[in-house]
Amino acid sequence: MAAAEPLRHRSDALPARVYDVTNRFRWRAMRALGLCRWLRGGTVRAFGLGAATASSALPPQDGVTVEVLDHLERLALVDFRDAEGVERLREAVRFAERLREVNTEGVEPMDSVLEDRCLYLREDDVTEGSCTAELLKNAREKVEEYFVAPPGNIPLPELEERDTFLKRS
Amino acid sequence: MLRASLRQISAALKEGQVTPTELCQRCLALIRSTQFLNAYITVAEESALKQAEESEKRYRRGQPLGELDGIPIAVKDNFNTAGIETTCASNMLKGYISPYNATVVQKLLDRGAVLLGKTNLDEFAMGSGSTDGVFGPVRNPWSYSRQYKEKFVPRSDSEPENWVITGGSSGGSAAAVSAFTCFAALGSDTGGSTRNPAAHCGVVGLKPTYGLISRHGLIPLVNSMDVPGILTRYVDDAAVVLGSLAGHDPKDSTTVQDIFQPFALPSLTDVSKLSIGIPKEYHVPGLSSEILAVWSKAADLFKNAGAKVVEVSLPHTHYSIVCYHVLCTAEVASNMARFDGLEYGHRSDMNKSTESMYAATRREGFNDVVRGRILSGNYFLLKQNYEDYFVKAQKVRRLIANDFVKVFGSGIDILLTPTTLNDAVPYMEFIKEDNRTRSTQDDILTQAANMAGLPAVNVPTALSRRGLPIGLQFIGRSFQEKQLLTVAKWFEKQVQFPVIQLEEVKKHDSGVLQHKKSASFS
Repeated sequence: MAAAEPLRHRSDALPARVYDVTNRFRWRAMRALGLCRWLRGGTVRAFGLGAATASSALPPQDGVTVEVLDHLERLALVDFRDAEGVERLREAVRFAERLREVNTEGVEPMDSVLEDRCLYLREDDVTEGSCTAELLKNAREKVEEYFVAPPGNIPLPELEERDTFLKRS
Repeated sequence: MLRASLRQISAALKEGQVTPTELCQRCLALIRSTQFLNAYITVAEESALKQAEESEKRYRRGQPLGELDGIPIAVKDNFNTAGIETTCASNMLKGYISPYNATVVQKLLDRGAVLLGKTNLDEFAMGSGSTDGVFGPVRNPWSYSRQYKEKFVPRSDSEPENWVITGGSSGGSAAAVSAFTCFAALGSDTGGSTRNPAAHCGVVGLKPTYGLISRHGLIPLVNSMDVPGILTRYVDDAAVVLGSLAGHDPKDSTTVQDIFQPFALPSLTDVSKLSIGIPKEYHVPGLSSEILAVWSKAADLFKNAGAKVVEVSLPHTHYSIVCYHVLCTAEVASNMARFDGLEYGHRSDMNKSTESMYAATRREGFNDVVRGRILSGNYFLLKQNYEDYFVKAQKVRRLIANDFVKVFGSGIDILLTPTTLNDAVPYMEFIKEDNRTRSTQDDILTQAANMAGLPAVNVPTALSRRGLPIGLQFIGRSFQEKQLLTVAKWFEKQVQFPVIQLEEVKKHDSGVLQHKKSASFS
């Protein structure tokens, strides 16, 4: 686990947009500065990312800030694991940018290819069930007919307290 | 015997030339001796033999359930099968024994098919090489064929193992069919996952129209594009299997309610009324010159036979892969949310809180590819990105679907395109690029059909310079599988794709049906 980052006041080195986004959380911004500069500084190259190396010299995109990465980890409950994971996301976003080239003026979004048909609804009759034992077989922790979960309503720890790659710099 | 087509072996079973148990045992023995292919994750020997015995009793009584009675089949490991482990080649579902059969599996079993086992795939069907599952990569049977070995030129003395990939993600199913261990296999097709390995393994890979076959029990990847796929060695066999699987399912509300009539394929002799479209955008940079040549030759074949061959345009083809990338990751992010370890699957020991348990479980259970897609998908679905990426991709999807509607509306019956950019690459080369890059490259020709929900089929066409299969893709109109497969069958007859020469199969094959049928194999 990395030691706490010393505060740096080189805010003039911070790109303006990152600074604006994290303005309210200045102390977090200072910490993020270390990470952003690290991400920008080509250390990614050291992980041997082949095709991605050329783009690691570019500044981080508007959308992919540490805040967003942290937010994504919380939403998805999946971790980035390492620099490669973060780079993969940035590649994905870069790739998706190509969509902007298409003119979709006046085009309705398409949810399903079967949009011209009515979705099938069946009668509200119970046709199957009573398979509690079957369904419980696959659960690891159970008590009588309950699935047992650890205590809820406890939010995931903040970035600094989590064991996540994102806070290491 | 094992090299026969499904219809031939079905006829043989009916006539009593071979019994279901004998057939099943031979297939199981062949699976054992071709284990190096790593095509199967689970082989259900006991239950398969039991099913074969039941089938034999029915044949003795003279009451077989149909053409599929007693036929050994394999199923991709992302279909739920009661009592048999379903893993999706992931740590997340290792040890998961499903309590129910997927509808398509149930339909096959109801018709007497013998389920040999579950085949290998990319983890959660994400990938285009069948190399990213936790059970290891699948090897293409053609790597061990005489045709490939003859042409193989080692580039250096210290050449590592030179086996080639099967393509993905239904690589295990394709390899199982290609190596004669079963007569048909189920795959799934979201972006080309059935047609891609079919092309690389030299088998017929059918992607039916979205909404024709039930997805109940198929562990979902992209709800709006997934379909169960059918892999067989011959087009006729694909039609037989399709006949058993298609139709409305009350358990899958996205199946259409139209009555489906199973059909036998007519043998087309006159193609002069046919209009074949050649989409020019499918001539992508990166398409190998060999495949281009095969494609042109096929177009000429149709022209010379009297069909109308027209160049058409699908202008948004270049964006379909980007659109797919966004929609796929977005739906994946949603679909993978069900894996939290609470009700099934892997569960972490972390017990501090529900959230941290979920996070730890998913951290341990998913591999890089899956995690990467989940995170990308969540990114595209963030409030600030929703309009720019997700909704935009949905709009582009409509444009792509409309392209097809326009083309088919202008009198074209079938589109003819290549299936893959090149023949199967060696595994050592394939893994040099990461999964997402590979998928981007390999899915480019196949996934527009998934975008528009259209039926498509890969027909093995010729062997490449390296002795590996090249396939061509036919795309048809919605719910017009009969027309699509009829044309595919005609084409199959014209090209006479060679049978794979595998040493292992010769050992396990008896001469019972060989001398009778050898005339039809060229």
